[in-house]
Amino acid sequence: MKQSEKISREPFSVVWKKNKYKYLMILPFGIIFVLFTVLPVLIAIALSFTDFDMVSAPSFIGLSNYISLFVEDDIFLIAVKNTLFFAIVTGPVSYIMCFIFAWLVNELPRIPRAIMTLVFYAPSISGNAYLIWKILFSSDTYGWANAWLLKLGITTDAVQWLATAGYIMPILVVVQLWLSLGVSFLTFIAGLQTVDRALYEAAAVEGIRNRWQELWFITFPSMKPQLLFGAVMQITSSLSVSQLSIDLVGFPSVDYAGHTILTHLHDYGNIRYQMGYACTIAVILFLMMMLINIIIQKLLRKIGE
Amino acid sequence: MKTSRKEGKIIKAIKTRKIKRQNRSLGGDIFLTVLLAGFGIFSLFPLWYIVVSAFKPFSEIFIFPPRLTVDNPTLNNFFDLKNIIEGFDVPLTRYIFNTLLITGLGTGGTVLLGSMAAFPLAKYVFPGSKVMNQVIVYALMFSSTVTAIPNYLIMSRLGLINTYWAVILPAVGGTLGLFLMRNFMVQIPDALLESAKIDGANEFQIYFKIVMPLCKPAWITLIILSFQQMWGTTGGVFIYSEELKPLSYVLSQLVSGGISRTGVASAVSLIIVIVPVTVFVISQSNVIETMATTGIKE
Repeated sequence: MKQSEKISREPFSVVWKKNKYKYLMILPFGIIFVLFTVLPVLIAIALSFTDFDMVSAPSFIGLSNYISLFVEDDIFLIAVKNTLFFAIVTGPVSYIMCFIFAWLVNELPRIPRAIMTLVFYAPSISGNAYLIWKILFSSDTYGWANAWLLKLGITTDAVQWLATAGYIMPILVVVQLWLSLGVSFLTFIAGLQTVDRALYEAAAVEGIRNRWQELWFITFPSMKPQLLFGAVMQITSSLSVSQLSIDLVGFPSVDYAGHTILTHLHDYGNIRYQMGYACTIAVILFLMMMLINIIIQKLLRKIGE
Repeated sequence: MKTSRKEGKIIKAIKTRKIKRQNRSLGGDIFLTVLLAGFGIFSLFPLWYIVVSAFKPFSEIFIFPPRLTVDNPTLNNFFDLKNIIEGFDVPLTRYIFNTLLITGLGTGGTVLLGSMAAFPLAKYVFPGSKVMNQVIVYALMFSSTVTAIPNYLIMSRLGLINTYWAVILPAVGGTLGLFLMRNFMVQIPDALLESAKIDGANEFQIYFKIVMPLCKPAWITLIILSFQQMWGTTGGVFIYSEELKPLSYVLSQLVSGGISRTGVASAVSLIIVIVPVTVFVISQSNVIETMATTGIKE
């Protein structure tokens, strides 16, 4: 800390001479990052206070978009409710699953470990192969779920899985969980492998008695950076569900049961061309993502302290 | 003195082969194996369904209830797919070329620019480094789908709409890769970098000659991740010309329609799945090997 304070008081030419290569190495990424990540956020915030249809210039309308979003737009409130429900279920569950399976896979011998890693990871990299769920839960008797329910005599008619409001959210949750052993899962495996083996050996001698104590006292604290990173990934992906919903249950879904904040954004941005309003939705979602992430980060930092 | 006694105990434990099985109970083993197997089946089942359906002849698709096996496997679905694709205005090779170009440039750019920027941020304190590190973390907290509209506006202002760059640049500007590299680089011992500096190397040389070889597991992982992301991209609204669209776009167009198209749709899904899975299988063994041998410890 003291060192960095000292550096910042030096004149720019000295700073530059000392750190020239560091800045130059960051520069190429920096330019692209500012143009396509920082600037879009700023533009979205600016446009959220305007009425903009892509044809005429944006006109400033103050907080009107925000007011109509929360006061007049009933469907937006449904979207918020759905998104939060979806995130509260899939966020923590997928996070815990990523860790547990990474941990279990890591204990296997080499070959089974490679196979199981692939088995768990494959759904998340199979692109839009999740569309197969549409066939599994197809509304006619050829759908796998319906066929077996009928065959076993549990139901007498084909269930309209993807067109019944009550089934839409549970099915989306199941498919999202199926897809969720992705980046975090890999990061956890990588993290587990960097934990110093000697720590476990020492711990066994020191009196750690079972695998659960090992997990809590050694593994968690040793891989804190990966745990924090995984949390960010799972929170963000559980809040940004949209394509999955549109592809599986259609848009708009029955009774808006699969309507999320991002499908609402898609509605106003890509269909109605009300860009100002769409940006308002984006800003709200953006704030939600930041807020939830910051709270969870604060909580996770306490692990092992 | 105390530590040497501890070390003695550990050596003794290793010698009596206790180390590998220490702190593992049979009950726990059984419970966790069941858990692994259960989720393994859940994970594989839909993918298996795709594989089976892709090789099912038309008649077997309509068997009630649907079976998870094929009696008479056929390649007819793939021939049907070939016929459909040959009917397109744009030749298939062009779509493949587009995908290869987008994936190659996107992955290369992400790994190179991301790791290069990650190194100074991971290992040095200099004016601005703290702020930059924080911005990187905050940028991870929201997905790029949120900023799709302003991104489109910027792209069109730069004249990049309907070019490969419209898909490549936002992917390269993502902070995921940088963050991953930075996390790994933090663990490199300072002593290594310092000795190189005494030998007269600048930061770029240290990065290229010392840090990158040490971070092989990290950037191989990054290549896998980036490849999968780029492979799955369909171009969306950013690329509208048919002849610039990537392969995933064309294939995803075919995965629709009712039960009678199940065979062709499954054949398509199989092709979409098989490439990233193969890439992962090849590089996974590499990752695990390098992970095991490249221990970066102080």
